[in-house]
Amino acid sequence: MRTDRIETVPLGSRQAGRAGAAATAGRRLRIAPVALLIGVVPWLVGCRQDMHDQPRYEPLEASSFFDNGAASRPLIEGTVARGHLGEDVGFETGLDENGAVVADFPMAVDLVLLERGRNRYDVFCSPCHDRLGNGRGMIVRRGYKQPTSFHDPRLVEARPGYFVNVMTNGFGQMSSYAPQLKPADRWAVAAYIQALQLSRRVPADLLSGEDRAWLAGEPTEVPQPESDDGGHS
Amino acid sequence: MAQIFHRSTNTISRLSIFGGIFLVAGLIGLFAVLDRSSYNTGVGVVLAQPIPFSHDHHTAALGISCVYCHTSVEDSAFAGIPPTATCMNCHNLIWNQSPMLAAVRESYRTGEPIRWTRVHDLPDYVYFNHGIHVAKGIGCESCHGRVDLMPLIMKTESLQMEWCLDCHRQPESRVRPLSEIYTMGWRPEHADQGTRLIAEHDINSKVSCSTCHR
Repeated sequence: MRTDRIETVPLGSRQAGRAGAAATAGRRLRIAPVALLIGVVPWLVGCRQDMHDQPRYEPLEASSFFDNGAASRPLIEGTVARGHLGEDVGFETGLDENGAVVADFPMAVDLVLLERGRNRYDVFCSPCHDRLGNGRGMIVRRGYKQPTSFHDPRLVEARPGYFVNVMTNGFGQMSSYAPQLKPADRWAVAAYIQALQLSRRVPADLLSGEDRAWLAGEPTEVPQPESDDGGHS
Repeated sequence: MAQIFHRSTNTISRLSIFGGIFLVAGLIGLFAVLDRSSYNTGVGVVLAQPIPFSHDHHTAALGISCVYCHTSVEDSAFAGIPPTATCMNCHNLIWNQSPMLAAVRESYRTGEPIRWTRVHDLPDYVYFNHGIHVAKGIGCESCHGRVDLMPLIMKTESLQMEWCLDCHRQPESRVRPLSEIYTMGWRPEHADQGTRLIAEHDINSKVSCSTCHR
């Protein structure tokens, strides 16, 4: 007796005279729908997304469990993440325990800090304060209240803790940027703001020979300073 | 016993064997095409959002960095959807009467979150971390497309496994300098830049199953 699998191929004359050929032909007709059922139905049933959407919440996913419809819960006021106690009030806010502006950077001001400061400044501050610190950023040009230029004498005199405090608590129309800027980043930005201020009032004799030559208007190969969109104010 | 089938049916049987190959191949091909189609992947499909937020306007026209809103992209698995307070940093003064932003103001007043429709959603059995990709020099554009040209956000990549592997097998095709992560439309400056950046960023791209399915 041959198996059903082979018999599904009708070979005509070569099968002639074999006993039971008629019977297997009939069986073949019954096998077809069964095979179809076995072959296709699992595919259809298998099209569920349970593994795609497992019973757990992704960040900020919607949830019907909580009243406001969000799975991620807001932090309870006063929550302190491990390692973020913030005992050093001056470092965290720019104002010390007595409310006095911290006058000096709590870390070494080096190129790494300034680069980090520029990076954060360009992301979070430049939309309003402009990359040059003149307070004519794009959002201001689109109608936001113009902030004081960092080159204003009052701000040139300001100590770094003053800027850190404004970033931490906001000032006038400016919201607090504490959620976006970690304390160390606020100091980095403050350092960069001071670098921006210095860029407009650096004594010429502190410049390198190349730069001084460029200032004097001698034709040199010195690369042009990066011009910026808001640089004409 | 008489023959059941006439000799002439041999042709049909041979044809059906021959045709069956094409049928099976065709079905497999059809599945492959359907699986990659935007009907299945959602590529190029704009999903309904509660507010018609334009990435095009906010990034290309205003020059706001991706990180201004997606603040956790550099050091977290999740890039972050900004809280309503971030919108209000500007929209407390700008367009603060616009009916289009009524839902934003409502959310800010009540603390009720805005219910955005998620566009880039990986299956839950995939582990993905934004932070490491950004740190190693994969730009936003490589996965999210020219967001700066999208008035309404949509997917430009399938996010299917073959697409992930395409880059994981040859990261030099996508890696960029760390200063260009958020740049849109960046092109390599020279042909072997990718290979050099692989060494520079110490990239050890993994393709084992457990890298993503952990």
